Amino acid sequence: MQIKPILAAMRHHKAGALLVGFQIALTLAIICNALFIIQARIARVERPSGVDESRVFVIENNWADKSSYQTIGAQIGADLIALRQLGSVEDASSTNSFPLHGAGWDNYVKMRPDQIHMTTDSSVYLSDDHTLNALGVTLIAGRNFTANEVQAAQLEEGKSWPVIIISKDLAKLLFPGGDAVGKTIYVTNTNTPSTVIGVTDTLQSHMMDGDSGSFAYNAILVPVRQLSSYVYYVVRARPGQLAAAMRDAPKALFAQSRMRIIDPKDGVMSFAQVRAKAYERDYGMAILMGIVSAVLLAITAAGIVGLTSFWVGQRRRQIGIRRALGATRTDILSYFLTENMMIGVCGVVVGTLLAIGINLWMVTRFAMAHLSITYVLTAAIILLLLGQGAVLAPALRASRVPPVEATRPV
Amino acid sequence: MLAYYLRLGIRSLRRNPILTSLMVLAIGIGVAASMTTYAVFRAVSGNPLPDKSTQLLVPQIDIWGPQSRSEGRDMPDALSYTDAMALMREHRAARQTSIYPVNYTAIPPDASREPFSVSGYATYTDFFPMFEAPFQYGGGWGAAQDAAHAAVVVISADLNQQLFGGANSVGRTIRLDDHDYQVVGVLENWNPHPRFYDVNNSDGFSDPPDFFLPFTHAVDLHTETAGNSNCYGSSGRAPGWDGWVQSDCVWVSFWAELPDAAAVQAYQSYLQGYGAEQNRAGRFHWPANAKLHDLMQWMDYEKVVPPESRISLLLSLGFLLVCLVNTVGLLLAKFMRRSAEIGVRRALGASRREIWTQFLAEAAMVGVSGGVVGLALTGVGILSIGLVFDPDYARLAHMSPELVGLTLLSALVATIGAAFYPTWRAARVQPAWQLKSN
Repeated sequence: MQIKPILAAMRHHKAGALLVGFQIALTLAIICNALFIIQARIARVERPSGVDESRVFVIENNWADKSSYQTIGAQIGADLIALRQLGSVEDASSTNSFPLHGAGWDNYVKMRPDQIHMTTDSSVYLSDDHTLNALGVTLIAGRNFTANEVQAAQLEEGKSWPVIIISKDLAKLLFPGGDAVGKTIYVTNTNTPSTVIGVTDTLQSHMMDGDSGSFAYNAILVPVRQLSSYVYYVVRARPGQLAAAMRDAPKALFAQSRMRIIDPKDGVMSFAQVRAKAYERDYGMAILMGIVSAVLLAITAAGIVGLTSFWVGQRRRQIGIRRALGATRTDILSYFLTENMMIGVCGVVVGTLLAIGINLWMVTRFAMAHLSITYVLTAAIILLLLGQGAVLAPALRASRVPPVEATRPV
Repeated sequence: MLAYYLRLGIRSLRRNPILTSLMVLAIGIGVAASMTTYAVFRAVSGNPLPDKSTQLLVPQIDIWGPQSRSEGRDMPDALSYTDAMALMREHRAARQTSIYPVNYTAIPPDASREPFSVSGYATYTDFFPMFEAPFQYGGGWGAAQDAAHAAVVVISADLNQQLFGGANSVGRTIRLDDHDYQVVGVLENWNPHPRFYDVNNSDGFSDPPDFFLPFTHAVDLHTETAGNSNCYGSSGRAPGWDGWVQSDCVWVSFWAELPDAAAVQAYQSYLQGYGAEQNRAGRFHWPANAKLHDLMQWMDYEKVVPPESRISLLLSLGFLLVCLVNTVGLLLAKFMRRSAEIGVRRALGASRREIWTQFLAEAAMVGVSGGVVGLALTGVGILSIGLVFDPDYARLAHMSPELVGLTLLSALVATIGAAFYPTWRAARVQPAWQLKSN
């Protein structure tokens, strides 16, 4: 290939070549980090919750009358019976929190009462014998709670929990050897042991923060009906009846008692809405990065078209001379494509270094993961192809310069 | 002469409309992206109380000890009830208040209306003057009412609208849960961004609180906090409310107003002394450790500015940089194509200085047009910001005269900056070469 003459010609427009290279480098650096952020956010959003999401919805119920916890306990019982009797509802349960909720309660988990450092941290879901069915989560080992294991309690009473059900991931973490059922762990503040009676399939924690990643699938179900100023009802509709159940359930609750507050705006949320709300920022970030990357690529392409067109215009006479001396159209075309490829490769090399630099800085500043080389390669290929595509139109125009240009004054 | 250069500029820009609109668009998009994300960033990182933010301080007391930090816990970002009450009692600051968030149910006097949830704060009388809360009617309660655990309340303009149709309701009664409260004041619409006095419980940008009532009264009623309560090593505590308030669980925010650096210094050593005293009393088994943060340091400590906001601001600045590099390239192409014209002008006696003026004037026109395009796009960006950011943040960003000015100015400055190198090249064109080659 005619590298030498291209290099010689480039020496005459150093600034232009540098600018294009620099632009490619910067674009590459931004695009790979943006792609990486998009991918990380999407991976986060696509994690399964373990819940049968297409059929589950959640009601946030605040009590208007908080004077007696006995009354609240009895009312929750009556509410659940009313909900379960609805034709559109398969099952319902009361809880303090649920996967993807963000707010909730987590506790340190220890294997021995005298242990100083925690083994891990886990969500604690206050549940009853209907919770697993209401969430649509299956047991993979052991048994469910029975109705008379469920105790009513205010949280600060600090009671002990003799039996608990834990999620698959927590079981694997605590008992790498295998069977967790029948073993004891320490979850309460009172340092009394809890016996694992069952292990669920995948069940996500309520915690949504970036830094709780390692606890994301730790969940403990305890058989407690929480007596507090609010309660969440997790309801699973019969197949295809989600909309009907979401309409019927609040009506049934208000028919039970009017002394409750269910926010008309977001008091009843389908699990799809819970998910959308939980990952709002992630979707937002992914969209923003996507838009920026697309516009950036467009601008870089436009810049390459602009500058190359200028070079072609500037060198019409030289192109004419080459054509007159026997160069074919393909020669001219490949000259400009090669020139662009050379600039592109330099830009991509610098851009890769820049991208890694930015990523290293973001790792320390925003606790992000290290950039994988796949993104750099993908972005590099995208940019090289983009450069070739952008240069094609002006290069074709150059290849059509007739040899007779050589004889015309500029 | 400048008018003549501007006319020349327009002519030249019209000659290649595609190249020109490419530059204008690139500048416009780059500036708009930066301005939109900057508007959000400014809204979430602003100082909510600039005139006295250095006088408002938050203490941190190490009640959990170094052991808790080796387990990955930070120093508690709130106080336990015991410590907050001790600081309140000893009253070493010019003004001071303890705060915690509470939720109640408002029962409208009109029985036909549904009860609704309200959220507010239990606090002390100093809260209102310390944080410069503006009143529409009445005012805060007095220290005597704090001491008497009085059932009084300050309500928001919004709650006043809902319950009393916006009339002066001072002296009237509202019902929260099962208790009546006398209204002593109605606030104007007041919700500082961020809501600095509660960033340890909320993101700081949520809806304004509905009411404020005396801390002492809320504690009498055993009202639990609606915010965070963090416990460490308080196993075996007594059950119920008493066990909770006596525990080392932290849930009370404490603020002190200290007028000058000397007072801050004195308070810091007072806190250190308090820790040492607890140590002697056998409560802490580690050296006393207390920190004092002023308002902005506290916002920083609590990471109030969402990382998304920073990342997107940086991203759009990088984006603007690419747009500028692009503009440098295009301007270079444009100016160098006119080497012959420059040669003729120089040969006819134009100085380098005049070439500079001519080409910078042309660039300035690109900059101004880019600014106008950028302004329109910033408007679109601000309107659609809710798609990308949390609505709590998104609604804070709006088009202000400042932002308009900044958009136009940054487009102009950026373009003229980008034009320096191409103009320098243009001014160095050798007249003789250009004349000869023809």
